[in-house]
Amino acid sequence: MFIIGERINGMFKDIAQAIREQDPRAVQEWARRQDEAGARYLDINTGPAASDPIKAMRWLVEVTQEVTDLPLCLDSTNYDVIEAGLEVCKRPAMINSVPAEWPKMERVFTMAAKYDAAVIGLAMNEEGIPKDADTRVALAMELVAAADSYGIHMENLYIDPLVLPCNVGQDHGPEVMRTLQQVKLLADPAPRTVVGLSNISQGTKGDRSLINRTFAAMAIAHGLDAAVGDACDEELMRIIATARVIMNLDIYCDSYVDIYVTQK
Amino acid sequence: MAFSAMKERYRNKINEVVLGATKEEGGTRGYTVTVGGESALPFLHFEGEIPNRPIVALEVWDVAPTDWHESFTTYFGDVFDNPAQWAKKCVEEYGADVIAVRLKGADPDVADASPEDCVKVVKDILAAVSCPLIVLGCGKAEKDNQVLPAVAEAAAGENLLIGSAEQENYKSLAAACMVHKHSLIASSPIDINICKQLNILITEMNLPAERIVIDPTTAALGYGLEYGYSIMERARIGALQGDKMLAMPILGNVGHEVWRAKEANISAEDMPGWGEQPSRGFLWEATTATALLQAGMNIVVMRHPAAVALVKQNITELMKPTSFEE
Repeated sequence: MFIIGERINGMFKDIAQAIREQDPRAVQEWARRQDEAGARYLDINTGPAASDPIKAMRWLVEVTQEVTDLPLCLDSTNYDVIEAGLEVCKRPAMINSVPAEWPKMERVFTMAAKYDAAVIGLAMNEEGIPKDADTRVALAMELVAAADSYGIHMENLYIDPLVLPCNVGQDHGPEVMRTLQQVKLLADPAPRTVVGLSNISQGTKGDRSLINRTFAAMAIAHGLDAAVGDACDEELMRIIATARVIMNLDIYCDSYVDIYVTQK
Repeated sequence: MAFSAMKERYRNKINEVVLGATKEEGGTRGYTVTVGGESALPFLHFEGEIPNRPIVALEVWDVAPTDWHESFTTYFGDVFDNPAQWAKKCVEEYGADVIAVRLKGADPDVADASPEDCVKVVKDILAAVSCPLIVLGCGKAEKDNQVLPAVAEAAAGENLLIGSAEQENYKSLAAACMVHKHSLIASSPIDINICKQLNILITEMNLPAERIVIDPTTAALGYGLEYGYSIMERARIGALQGDKMLAMPILGNVGHEVWRAKEANISAEDMPGWGEQPSRGFLWEATTATALLQAGMNIVVMRHPAAVALVKQNITELMKPTSFEE
């Protein structure tokens, strides 16, 4: 499992200010820090406040690529914004995200094929987020079939079962875990899975990172491949490295934590 | 319906390691030899690139071996006392891709040869043949730490492949390789965790990963070959899936292991049901080697010329591209 660094997002004040003032320092600082901390992708989100999101996305991609070789995960519900970012990405990117809805899937998978990008597919549709695992898996299957019809490799499709905060959607927890496992049975090779890690602790009081870290370890045990999260949470990275060894994803050696962080 | 081959998609490939250095590169070799570089499991040409063929090294000792089977005298009897001529014969008559000089004489219990003696042997061999050299110590760390750095310094720039560094004893060898521009064999005792850790430790000393070859240790056919095989296979799969600290070409001391085995040495008089020793011996070595090629071995260190001929023929056949109509 790897982390898609969440920090370059206009929801954060320093990034919003950077976009507004076209001052790349905060963006580049977070790009460097997340890269050094062991992120494998960097999420790029202009946030809701950007006055010209297409211009903002392009600028964020460009200034981020000046300081890191990590691939980027372009995060927007506006596909014109994502396409503007894809046009300037130096390495194959990830599109965040598309629900199991037409014509959105057509737009996104066409774009993904054109730019050799990976896609995060959300296990939801017009009716919202399903309550149970079975409905989530059925929607995942729609995403798998649609992606396949556009020639997207399953290794490039990341199914997000959609996580609700554990204080409001407690009954979703076990459903998400079951979904993670079952998605792996949908195709061979299997599609990958991703979650928004911090969603699980949204709105909780107290130690949010404890909830995020515990969820990460449990989800890895259920086959999770990637998470949008806080790469700079050192303890989280140590837990991921350890869970990967326990799940036989990485070969153990005494320096396994260091090597997980530094080996891209 | 047309057949469509299922292909694994790997994220990583094995490092390419160059043995030897030509005059332009700071050495005196007539040519260099490259190993590794594959982006698929051994010989699965349809799944990735296998750019370099595995190579065969023949062992040459600095002292005449006293414990080799007498059948070797047919091949080397006239040169056992002359390592340079021995090496020349291995290359010119027996088709060795490179020479593996084993400084057995440095062993305090063998001839206790001095670092200067060892340097002279290596220099003589470098003058006699134009192929790249592997230089192996006597296996006793304390003595190897005196001998191998001296050899590394005297042959600076030649890009020898020097071995072996171990978990408890890697610093002086890694430093000598770094300073004098050689490559290093990192050896681990049939243990994938130590294999990986040692590569980390050596690269932390700033010797580039592209100058490391791993020897995960093997045994001869009948003596636990399958353990060595499994470790190599695991390392190779891990490397292709993205583990850069296991993505080194693999070397194996096949001749050394095989010729300790009873099955290779014992006479037909003593074991009538086993057939004649001469063919049984080299077939034991060739069979061990060809099995390990399938696990991903890139450099096979061997002893018997007849076994070398068989293994090279096997490699040539395995390197023919395989493909499917699509």
